[in-house]
Amino acid sequence: MSYKFSPALEKKFEWLKSRYPVQDAVLIPLLHFVQNEVGYLSLDAMEHVAEKMNISPARVKEVASFYSLFRFEAGGKYVLQVCHNLTCYLKGSDQLLEWMEKNMELDDSGNSKDGVFRVERVECLASCGTAPVIQANNWDYFEELNLEKLQKIVEALRAGKWACASYEDRIQEGSVA
Amino acid sequence: MSQRIYEAHPLENRVVIAGYGEPKSWTLDVFEKKLGGYKAARGAVKAEPDSLITTVKDAGLRGLGGAGFPAGVKWSFIPKNPTKPVYLVCNADEGEPGTFKDRQIMEHLPHRLIEGMICAASAIGSKTAYIYVRYELRLARERLEQAIEEAYKAGYLGENIFGSSRSLDITVHPGAGAYICGEETGLIESLEGDRGQPRLKPPFPAISGLFGGPTIVNNVETLAHVPGILNNGPEWFVKLGNGTPRGAGTKLLCVSGDVKRPGFYEIPLGLPLNSLLNDICGGPLEGRKFKACYPGGSSSPLLRADEFDTPMDFDSLAAKKTMMGSGAVIVIDDSRSIPEMAMRTARFYAHESCGQCVPCREGTKWVSKMLKRLTMGQGSFSDIDKIKSACNNMAGKTICVLSDACAMPVVSMLEKFRPEFEAIAKPDDEVQPALPKISGQMAALMSLVRERQTQK
Repeated sequence: MSYKFSPALEKKFEWLKSRYPVQDAVLIPLLHFVQNEVGYLSLDAMEHVAEKMNISPARVKEVASFYSLFRFEAGGKYVLQVCHNLTCYLKGSDQLLEWMEKNMELDDSGNSKDGVFRVERVECLASCGTAPVIQANNWDYFEELNLEKLQKIVEALRAGKWACASYEDRIQEGSVA
Repeated sequence: MSQRIYEAHPLENRVVIAGYGEPKSWTLDVFEKKLGGYKAARGAVKAEPDSLITTVKDAGLRGLGGAGFPAGVKWSFIPKNPTKPVYLVCNADEGEPGTFKDRQIMEHLPHRLIEGMICAASAIGSKTAYIYVRYELRLARERLEQAIEEAYKAGYLGENIFGSSRSLDITVHPGAGAYICGEETGLIESLEGDRGQPRLKPPFPAISGLFGGPTIVNNVETLAHVPGILNNGPEWFVKLGNGTPRGAGTKLLCVSGDVKRPGFYEIPLGLPLNSLLNDICGGPLEGRKFKACYPGGSSSPLLRADEFDTPMDFDSLAAKKTMMGSGAVIVIDDSRSIPEMAMRTARFYAHESCGQCVPCREGTKWVSKMLKRLTMGQGSFSDIDKIKSACNNMAGKTICVLSDACAMPVVSMLEKFRPEFEAIAKPDDEVQPALPKISGQMAALMSLVRERQTQK
């Protein structure tokens, strides 16, 4: 088993446990912290969580697999979640997706060949007033997009010129919630 | 995370978002000194719980997350001498397509929500409260966490709040991307660290909910209204709306789609939909005409443009066989195809079905697949009736209402815009049965089998 909680996460874990009368309730917040550290929920990360919480690894996977924000494979440095729900569709999310598929060299699971991006189609991101919307790394919202804006954002991200932090950057900054 | 901040329109009445746009409105300092915050909470912690419940009941405050159930009545279901701790849960899992109102309160006025929770917790005798927030709403979570920290430091949360004998702990609990966790028992399951699959009712959460204790689950907007009601009295709240106890107060509406000024607006209940879309939102885009709208989020049956004179309140919308829901108005103009919208609606519910009940798990997928087939020009006339029959077998046959939420808007589209579906359907004998596209592991396996066969 190679993954272990960082000292900061150990502290967070203790704090989380103090907030609930039943320890099981910390599982989902804890998995978010772990995913932010590792980038995804790897098998050994889930095993470590199970050991720490004194539940079976299958139980961890059972719960985590229900939720669409947990990832079980390493993905791109920037995970771009493109909303394709009603309002974003009305405002042109299909054109955004089409452009991304054509120009970003994505494989079947949405990962770009260079490993920089992972594109996911998601349902409503609760920002319909400023549709169409993309959220990067569950973090920054890019709103009122059009092809021109999207192109600029993708170029800026690829060149590392955007403030939108990757998981690793965020951990170093200490800005991971 | 920017939402355009418009000046309040004369037809608007900002009560629950009063102070929105004030610089640093999310800090305790500004909220308390400039916006008169925490006045209601100071009184509530020392008040008789029953009097708080009666005030909220008299005001006619309804659940503003979608169901519209009277909040005071819900609170009164908590047993008088509970043997287990009572919990208050704020439902901030805003996931209904079209909705982005709770976010605004949490991001700009988090203290109003906290104050509302202190009042509600005093009314139901709870010492522990959770705010279940969508993980995606990063800024909302951050602002809430900051606000809670400020409130603890000021002595407004924790032990002996405002010097009274009451105590209250609030914790922000992140969701993880599941629409179904907006259903109250699904939310409770998720909060307990489980898959968010809704529970059978009864027992209702007020009797046995979170960790087995009596639990009240209220939406953000509902809770944020409570301080105003306690400060100004129930009559004030009733007068804010259409003047009847069943249409009391204001409602935050989120307008999106084909209008000139999409955004969120707080209107008195009873304002006609026309007035909202034409006067406040600036009407349709240049050269286009309104065709229809979802008046209350993607779960609500559509209203045609000729029905836009309907007043926006719970009863008037119910009379038109649709609903207020979460107050998300998604506007569709004459350049759009209704079958395409139907397909996207059904696809959403197929994606979000938790999989417990067969009518929902299978039904949402069948309906979304048949609609997809139609929009791709491969559907037949009999598909239209098949969709309707599938929908009829979904509504009212499951543990929660996700299945109904898929069936209702789709049926309304089929009924009100049937010619659009017929225009893209083909006669039954012209449609080839669709062959499944084989890819991935299956394709690999098949090529392996073929290879073996040729080797023999």
